[in-house]
Amino acid sequence: MATAHSRAAARLTMAPAVVLLLGWMLIPLAMTLYFSFLRYNLLMPGSEEWIGTLNYEYFLTDPAFFAALGNTLALVGGVLALTLCGGILLALLLDQPFWGRGIVRLLVIAPFFVMPTVSALVWKNMLMNPVNGLFASLARALGLQPIDFLGEVPLSSIVMIVTWQWLPFATLILLTALQSLDRERLEAAEMDGAGALDRFIHIILPHLARAITVVTLIQTIFLLSVFAEILVTTNGGPGTATTNITYLVYALSLLQFDVGGGSAGGIVAVVLANIVAVFLMRMIGRNLDL
Amino acid sequence: MGEIVLKQITKSFGDVSVIPPLDLTIADGEFVVFVGPSGCGKSTLLRLIAGLEDVSSGTISIDGKDATRLPPAGRGLAMVFQSYALYPHMTVRNNIAFPLKMARLDKAAIDRKVEAAAAVLNLTGYLDRRPGQLSGGQRQRVAIGRAIVREPTAFLFDEPLSNLDAALRVNMRLEISELHRSLATTMIYVTHDQVEAMTMADKIVVLNAGRIEQVGSPIELYSRPCNRFVAGFIGSPRMNFIEGGEAAAEGAHAIGIRPEHLALSTESGRWSGTVSVSEHLGSDTFVYVQSPEVGTLVARAGGEVPVRHGDRVWLTPQAGKLHRFDPQGRAMSREKVLS
Repeated sequence: MATAHSRAAARLTMAPAVVLLLGWMLIPLAMTLYFSFLRYNLLMPGSEEWIGTLNYEYFLTDPAFFAALGNTLALVGGVLALTLCGGILLALLLDQPFWGRGIVRLLVIAPFFVMPTVSALVWKNMLMNPVNGLFASLARALGLQPIDFLGEVPLSSIVMIVTWQWLPFATLILLTALQSLDRERLEAAEMDGAGALDRFIHIILPHLARAITVVTLIQTIFLLSVFAEILVTTNGGPGTATTNITYLVYALSLLQFDVGGGSAGGIVAVVLANIVAVFLMRMIGRNLDL
Repeated sequence: MGEIVLKQITKSFGDVSVIPPLDLTIADGEFVVFVGPSGCGKSTLLRLIAGLEDVSSGTISIDGKDATRLPPAGRGLAMVFQSYALYPHMTVRNNIAFPLKMARLDKAAIDRKVEAAAAVLNLTGYLDRRPGQLSGGQRQRVAIGRAIVREPTAFLFDEPLSNLDAALRVNMRLEISELHRSLATTMIYVTHDQVEAMTMADKIVVLNAGRIEQVGSPIELYSRPCNRFVAGFIGSPRMNFIEGGEAAAEGAHAIGIRPEHLALSTESGRWSGTVSVSEHLGSDTFVYVQSPEVGTLVARAGGEVPVRHGDRVWLTPQAGKLHRFDPQGRAMSREKVLS
């Protein structure tokens, strides 16, 4: 009886928090869903009316949507690939004993604490600028033509900026995983005749599988919604070359004042994120039952 | 094949010398046990032989060839680790096959050897399981399986039984001994458990603070320990040491007598005392006697000795079983006792 009572009491005391959380999550979602079925343009206030799925039809047939979808996937995939490869290499390096390891580790983590807007501005103005940037100076010093990064290879440039921000995170997670690897296991592999590469492929990489999954999952969640870096560097351009779904929704709602279309885009983004999440969860499920 | 010779090897970590110059020859096919208390350098010595640590000076030759600078894989040795060090993401089959895969053997040969090893170790039914699904004893056997498929020159065991429960330890001890008899390969076995050392070894190497205290067969070490350290380390319960007047009467700084060489009597004897604890093990009784003349003594008596706490008893050492030690702890001749 006591447990039944305490269970009921627990439900009662937890209810406000649960209701608050649900409301916090559900009300904006429901409103977005509702707006997405309205003709709702901020330039024509008072003319809102139900238009069914028209917003979705416009959004999904918009050429910018396919460009944005491709850009989103390229951005997420590119940054993931680079941070995982770079992170594994850096983690292997930082796991070695060397003088000043503590300070080097701290320095490697540092970029993670720089705000996205700030780091994007630093990259744009101090490194990638074709006239004043460091890369341009380097290119000129070598007698090469400086590259206008954000003009000529805009998406790759943004991938580079975002990678720089997320590499510390990947390195940190992978380094902790690496440190939990039993030294005797590596020694056993060494006795078994495995060279450095074999040890990496057969022992270290499988050991890192779980950490790699965690990095992939967490980074995907954040990379799907990259926004500040695009806003302060390219504004989604040139054309739609660096417009991802998040930026497209922003452009629709707040640059073209089409709240209805923007809401429809937001709902599409939610659906896409869930599709990605399903794949990721499957991957995690497989990796976690080791 | 399988002879291992260590010549004047030393090992130091920074300024700390772990192994002072040390010479040791291990004959082909021998079962050698390195035994000593924790931190005596026995595991380090094994790792030096394995090549997992580099010697600071001296040479190691294996099978007649200089192996001092060879990498671990090039020495033809196989090692079983204390933690088993199995690969958790591989099945038992792949764990055992790993060294063969690294040696780039063809698939048919690998399968044949893995099956053979599994049959020897009773693992045939478990080949497709992961190490996480096995019991401690089975994991131990997988680790041994991974070692034997390579057909190494010698096996190295680093406290392989310390993670098992007592009953399983006795079983595995027998299995390893039988394995040694059937393979007839050199085995080096590190343990801190003198029972394992006594039961398994052809030759025991007693180590203390990196130095070899004594090398010899189990019975040699038991009956003729060359110093107090070895005398106290080998045998369970440990040898009783008596200093002072009683020792001086024997012409020594200290005398030692094993519990099993003390006769217990309730009527008369050489040393009298009162029983503080008596441990009844069924087959034996260990009687702890507080004696005003010589301190606490442990005596081993038969299983049904009716002594209890507080009883007055007398202890008499068996003739010829007293060990005499000089002030440096070295064993002295036993002639005086025998006469």
